[in-house]
Amino acid sequence: MLSIMLAIPAIAAIACLFASAQGARWIALIATLVDLVLGIGLWANFDIGGPQWQFVENAGSLGVFSWKLGIDGFALMLVMLSVFLMPICIGASWVAITERVQEYMAAFLITEMLMIGTFTAQDMFLFYIFFEAGLIPMYLIIGIWGGANRIYASYKFFLYTLLGSVLMLVAMLWMVSFSGTSDIPTLLNTDFPVRVQPWLWLAFFASFAVKMPMWPFHTWLPDAHVQAPTAGSVILAGVLLKLGGYGFLRFSLPMFPEASAQFGWLILSLSAIAVIYTSLVALVQSDMKKLIAYSSVAHMAIVTIGLFAFNRQGLEGAMIVMLSHGLVSAALFLCVGVIYDRLHTREISRYGGLAINMPRYALLFMLFTMASVGLPGTSGFVGEFLSLAGTYRVSTLATLLCTTGIILGAAYMLYLYRRVVFGEIVHDDVRAMPDLSLREIALLAPIAAVVLWMGVYPESFLSPMRGDVATLQARIARAAPAGDSLPTAGKALATPAEHAEVRP
Amino acid sequence: MNASLLMSLPELVLSVGAIALMLVSAWGGQASTRLVSWASVAVLIGAGIALMGPASSGGSAFGGLYRADAFAAFAKVLIYGASAVAIILAPRFFAIGSGDDLRPEYPVLILLSAAGMGMMVSAGDLLTLYVGLELQSLAAYVLASFMRRDVRSAEAGLKYFVLGALASGILLYGISLVYGFSGTTLFSSIATAYGAGQSLGLTFGLVFVFAGLAFKMSAVPFHMWTPDVYEGAPTPVTAFFASAPKVAAIGLAVRVAVEAMGPATDQWRQIVIFAALASIIFGAVAAIGQTNVKRLLAYSSINNVGFVLIGLAAGTQEGVAAVLFYLTVYIVMTLGSFIVVLQMKDSEGQPVETIASLAGLSRSRPALALAMATFMFSLAGIPPLLGFNAKLAVFNAAVHGGLYPLAVAGFVASVIGAYYYLRVVKVMYFDAPGEAYSGRATPVESLLVTLAALFVSPVGWLTLGALGVWTNTAAKALF
Repeated sequence: MLSIMLAIPAIAAIACLFASAQGARWIALIATLVDLVLGIGLWANFDIGGPQWQFVENAGSLGVFSWKLGIDGFALMLVMLSVFLMPICIGASWVAITERVQEYMAAFLITEMLMIGTFTAQDMFLFYIFFEAGLIPMYLIIGIWGGANRIYASYKFFLYTLLGSVLMLVAMLWMVSFSGTSDIPTLLNTDFPVRVQPWLWLAFFASFAVKMPMWPFHTWLPDAHVQAPTAGSVILAGVLLKLGGYGFLRFSLPMFPEASAQFGWLILSLSAIAVIYTSLVALVQSDMKKLIAYSSVAHMAIVTIGLFAFNRQGLEGAMIVMLSHGLVSAALFLCVGVIYDRLHTREISRYGGLAINMPRYALLFMLFTMASVGLPGTSGFVGEFLSLAGTYRVSTLATLLCTTGIILGAAYMLYLYRRVVFGEIVHDDVRAMPDLSLREIALLAPIAAVVLWMGVYPESFLSPMRGDVATLQARIARAAPAGDSLPTAGKALATPAEHAEVRP
Repeated sequence: MNASLLMSLPELVLSVGAIALMLVSAWGGQASTRLVSWASVAVLIGAGIALMGPASSGGSAFGGLYRADAFAAFAKVLIYGASAVAIILAPRFFAIGSGDDLRPEYPVLILLSAAGMGMMVSAGDLLTLYVGLELQSLAAYVLASFMRRDVRSAEAGLKYFVLGALASGILLYGISLVYGFSGTTLFSSIATAYGAGQSLGLTFGLVFVFAGLAFKMSAVPFHMWTPDVYEGAPTPVTAFFASAPKVAAIGLAVRVAVEAMGPATDQWRQIVIFAALASIIFGAVAAIGQTNVKRLLAYSSINNVGFVLIGLAAGTQEGVAAVLFYLTVYIVMTLGSFIVVLQMKDSEGQPVETIASLAGLSRSRPALALAMATFMFSLAGIPPLLGFNAKLAVFNAAVHGGLYPLAVAGFVASVIGAYYYLRVVKVMYFDAPGEAYSGRATPVESLLVTLAALFVSPVGWLTLGALGVWTNTAAKALF
């Protein structure tokens, strides 16, 4: 099943190269939709509470690595995010991309394959291959179809992330020579010597912190986002940034629990700085895409503090923030893309008063702005609340600082919204802009639906991961930091339910 | 027949074939070029078939002077393959040259060079080593200046000859020191001498021998001839220089390091580590400013030799297997890149060599650009291409050997290298198209470039299992 999900985009990518422009669009759309259907099938057949690794495939060894695939709850959710966003990306590029359509679609399909591969790989080297290979199509997408300064951005993206990753590869080589296997499930239960863990942890950190991106390794992100075409930004923010969080979750925490605890202060302080600093930077941006890019850095910091809280709320919150941010930032980039396609500028000051002539756009943009801010009822709230609640039990100071970031987040997002959507129309060309087309609504509406679904009933998304969170928490419990919040349990009024459930 | 002669059958086939074809070309003159070329390819194939017999049995011939083991056989397969490609590529390049026709001596010289390289990788004695190396070099000097009316080609030949003679001198000096202090030229006896204890003379000999070999494989700091020779030599010859002699020189260095100087591993390891890191870093940094694609590939070859040496620095069987695997992937990538370079011709059919002229190749010749991009990403070591697996193998050997700082430094330096490979991709894919190249690739060239690209692409993973077995068998022969 997983191999088929990988094969479909790969075959479609080759087919695209030999098709006409319109043919390539249809091939890409159909292939991504088929993958979405397969993904839904995956979720439907995922046995919640069953074995940790499901849909396992092992096609034997290929030299130093072997072709082993399998998913747990975390991977399932991230695979779902990828396959859900891909058809939307293809749709977003339907009319915006007119040059070299075949190669563009092929690059996107290859990206999809590599992302699914990264989340499903059960062999460490296979993971690395998928993880790094993603650089090639993204480099081409930014460099060929990007904005004016695309070449600088593409180089920066490529070299920055490559430098982070090679250090991780050295650590992987050491780990494999230590444990004698590159099988991830085995390595997850391997106790590496406490003396070596910090070095390994730092090597993985170099890679994931860049991918994430964490402050101060984030500088490639605004450049890449601003220059990438809309769909490129969507996939970058929606899925590629999640590779860093997934990496921390899959490798750093369970494989090096002691080192993770030891470096907890580093993560917490970098995250706290990131939240405040990048929020302030976002506040003064005049370019819409850059603003959203900086807000991504702030949201990713909420993910990292949640991960390194070492408790259940933190881990679940981090996962939900990742999923939520994947949807919301993708939708925000699409919203920017919609008006960019009409006016060909991302300058905030060139817009204003869109609520008057684009009411439907204003409504959807409002929803995603609120989700980004973390309004209750949207997915953003669930994730941020859980994540910060988890962190509170470890460090009250970090939580305090990060919560200010939420306030700042509300400030820059609402400020952006006010300047773009409210007020009087001052530019004539803005007045002429038509409201959302059916295609654009078809792109944004599914995301809006899922954002609300995740905000109102997060249990659907939490339940597949619950078992894995428990496993991970048990694995890292021995290293969990004491925490400074000293919560005292009150007297329970009734036996608390294990989790929220709708009873018929 | 004599067992020794049977073991050296590949070299005999090549030598006899070369002499016979020399007579044919003297008799037939210019008109026989085509015949001699294809006959030379046939001779190389014949030599390859001869490898399957006693030549890879693991024995040693002529009282230890010549080794017929799996290691030599593996290296020879690579050498013969690269030589055959160099012969196949030549006719079309010379056909459009300015009056410098392809002469029948060209394939004959390559055959002689291949015979010399075969001797190098099979050497079991310092004298066999030297004779093989000189036979290879003398043929190569002539090949470098094969375009007689071209000033750059003549300069390349002269430069190669003068510096090559200097390197041979250094090597001979080292050999004489080793002989003087150990009293023998046989590798096995030299190993005994090194095992017996420290000796200043032997250490000096080791340093000089490695310096001479470093020149032949163009490792920093003995690399300075490489860019000029690569740029000046006719492109098919450059493709040849970048592939077969590298395999021979590195194969020879591995054999000397392991068989003759194995007990002195700690001493030569320092030299190899220095040369490896210096080659990787210098090769990468110096390539950044290049505008000529052949010079760029020259620095790329220096850079890659550095990675190969990391495998040697490990000094283990695994390291040697990694070296052989890296070399295999490297020559495929390099030959593929040079076939693409051969397609670069302006509207009058004259070869162009600037990187800028690759601009927009992805639109004028999409398949060619895709192949070149594959080679470049692979040379940069980006997964899922096979260049990554090759780098992984050498670094794996280094990590297993406990050389962590070397692995970290090498990996970080590989990122510098990625920059200039990316530049080629950038020019092909991001820049506005320039003047389109004239002419089409011949079917043979298309076939070769397709095969090379497929081997480097993830399709090549299917060969990983078999290659792993072969390289391990070959490496085992040395230990």
